[in-house]
Amino acid sequence: MVMIMQLYRDKGIKMKLSELHKGDKAMIKKIDSSEDLKRRLASFGVVRGSELSVEACSLGKKTMEIMVDDTLIGLRGEEAKEIEVEKL
Amino acid sequence: MDTIKIVLAGQPNVGKSMLINAMSGSNGLKVGNFSGVTVEKTELCFEHHCHMFEMVDLPGTYSISGFSQEEKVAHKYLLNEEYDVIINVLDATHLKRNLLLTLELLKLNKKMVLALNMADEAKKEGIDIDIKQIEKIVGVPVVLVSANTKEGVEELLEKVHEVADNHDRIKSNITYSDVMEEEALEIEKFLAQKGFALRDLSNREIALRLLIEDKALYKEMHDEPIMLELQPLILKARQHLYTHHETKDVQEIKANEYHAIARGIHLETVKCQRNKGGKTLTKRIDELLINKYLGIPIFLFLMWGLFQLTFTVGAIPMELIDSAIGAFGDWVGSNISNEFMRNVIVDGIIAGVGAVLLFLPNIIILYIGIALLETTGYMSRVAFLLDGFFHKFGLHGKSFIPLVTGFGCSVPAYMAARTLKSEKDRLITLFIIGFMSCGARLPIYVLFTGAFFGAEQAGNILFIIYISGAMLGLVMAKVLRVVVFKGEDEPFVMEMPKYRFPSFTLIWHTVYNNAKSYVKKAGTFILAASVLVWVLATYPNQPLLEQEYQTKIEQSSKEDATVLENELKMKKLEQSYLGQIGKVSEPVFAPLGFDWKMTVALETGLAAKEVVVSTLGVLYSIGDEVDENSNALARELKKNISFASAMAFIVFVMIYLPCLAASMVFAKEAGGYKYLLYLFVFTTVTAWVFSFVTYRIFIN
Repeated sequence: MVMIMQLYRDKGIKMKLSELHKGDKAMIKKIDSSEDLKRRLASFGVVRGSELSVEACSLGKKTMEIMVDDTLIGLRGEEAKEIEVEKL
Repeated sequence: MDTIKIVLAGQPNVGKSMLINAMSGSNGLKVGNFSGVTVEKTELCFEHHCHMFEMVDLPGTYSISGFSQEEKVAHKYLLNEEYDVIINVLDATHLKRNLLLTLELLKLNKKMVLALNMADEAKKEGIDIDIKQIEKIVGVPVVLVSANTKEGVEELLEKVHEVADNHDRIKSNITYSDVMEEEALEIEKFLAQKGFALRDLSNREIALRLLIEDKALYKEMHDEPIMLELQPLILKARQHLYTHHETKDVQEIKANEYHAIARGIHLETVKCQRNKGGKTLTKRIDELLINKYLGIPIFLFLMWGLFQLTFTVGAIPMELIDSAIGAFGDWVGSNISNEFMRNVIVDGIIAGVGAVLLFLPNIIILYIGIALLETTGYMSRVAFLLDGFFHKFGLHGKSFIPLVTGFGCSVPAYMAARTLKSEKDRLITLFIIGFMSCGARLPIYVLFTGAFFGAEQAGNILFIIYISGAMLGLVMAKVLRVVVFKGEDEPFVMEMPKYRFPSFTLIWHTVYNNAKSYVKKAGTFILAASVLVWVLATYPNQPLLEQEYQTKIEQSSKEDATVLENELKMKKLEQSYLGQIGKVSEPVFAPLGFDWKMTVALETGLAAKEVVVSTLGVLYSIGDEVDENSNALARELKKNISFASAMAFIVFVMIYLPCLAASMVFAKEAGGYKYLLYLFVFTTVTAWVFSFVTYRIFIN
């Protein structure tokens, strides 16, 4: 019950990509990072408005694997902190 | 015969190398890999319909506008070099993302063909692509190919001919967002009114480029009077774009626009029969292989297997090669009567080449392993799993493999560092590989720990030596990152490619090319250098000394004779150039408690670490037929060397430059002899300082 409430509470709320868990889906609202990282993400098709799902996290969320448009992408937790998403 | 020069560009993991093999078939003539600074372009020639096809394979990049080494190399090549046609290779199963690069390439305004590779896989996945429609939109020919089944390869070659001969371009029908189109039209109209024209660019193209801030175009138009009137128009348009895209970052706007176009093309031309919800095989494998808890143990197990293979299976051919070379040397030696020639050829050249060939089995096995890791897609997962730990020390997750390989042998370790794509990460990794004590240093450790600690303690001490070396390496990595390779970390963000079955041809090519380049490049230099070391250790000739001992030996009993022979060897080495160098450099090592004998041993160790033990054997008059288990040598060492000096010696061996072969490979991998000089200074200074500290600690 508590979990379901939590699910509903998070829904539609803006949060950082790094705060998501395995299995969560979200839409990217804002990428607030260095130009290099922004460019890199864009070349993978990760831009504002992209939908993503979190596929895996390593221990301590040092790295995360996300799926965007059929492409699996690995990124650091620190980098995920700079991406603002809206949970779907 | 006419030549058509083709450039292959595409994102990583699209099967570019496979396609090249399929296109050139068996009649392809490899011209060779030539490196830019660090990133390799491959050139290849073959004949097709009475035309010579000259192909240049650029490194795979997701974009050509970024800052990474490969992107810069690719971009520079595409902009400045002369070529006829670009083949843009795309992965048909990931069309949307691949089209982002295509859109950038189209801006180059060159003749281009799109090759949608992996057509067979796309078919299997139920993906249906409307080729004609893509052609209409992007305005360049599109061919569906499969490097695997060779389907469409011939058609691709035909298309290249066609495009190369044809001079008019089809108009492209790429549509941007409404706002962008609206503003572009405004500027386009203005340009038309002014009757402005620039190169082969259409007014619409100029308008679009001005809007997305094409720096080169701005530079070109800077002095045009029309810019004065254009400026307010562009500014107004920009404001409109800013509000629409909710950002003032033009690069981000460009990315958003390109992304929308790619999505548009994808929607219009690709039909996927299969429902999307199901878990793909890749996702299911990832569940296991990058599992939070199981991922690392599984990886360590696989690594363990690879190293078992590399160093135990590799040891079998190594022994064979070693004895074969020994036998060959003896045979050659027995057929040459001139003593000088015999010495040069047998002890210098054959022994030198042998030292190079000896590493070949290791390198081949390790390369098969690494090629497997890379072509299956597992390597990216390794980086994913280990990056958390290694990033703390300023390294990359992928640094793990070269570093662990370093415990076996530095030569393949340096070569394994190629998997690191970022220049900084690779250089730091290369610089600290030497801290992982290689197998050849083990005999020295065994000899010294055995002599100074006794059998029961030796194991623990060995463990401490290895661990402290590795830890020191990690700390040094951090120091290098903070002091030398300063600046922002390169982002980690990387594709986790689909798992694939390894392709035999591709692995064969990688392994073959790497092995060949090792033998060729390292072989020549190592050969020259080992001959040099040999000359230094053997000359000048001392006929007087030899004669003196010869008579003594003849007059003495059998036991005394061996003692005398060993004494002669020592005296000869002492008076050789190498011995003289050792004596000259003795003062430098005196603060560490080393005498000239230890100094000479260390210096011969620059050639190969195995030599250190045999040199010590000679210098302490035991003869050169000693190994680390020699009790006589251990006793001599204990008698002649203080405990503190011995500890300092171990520390020095742990840190200073690995062997000559490794040094040559290092220079090649790092990108120049300049780096070898840095490495020499870096390791020698570090070794000296730590030895000094060790000596001072133990002397009391």
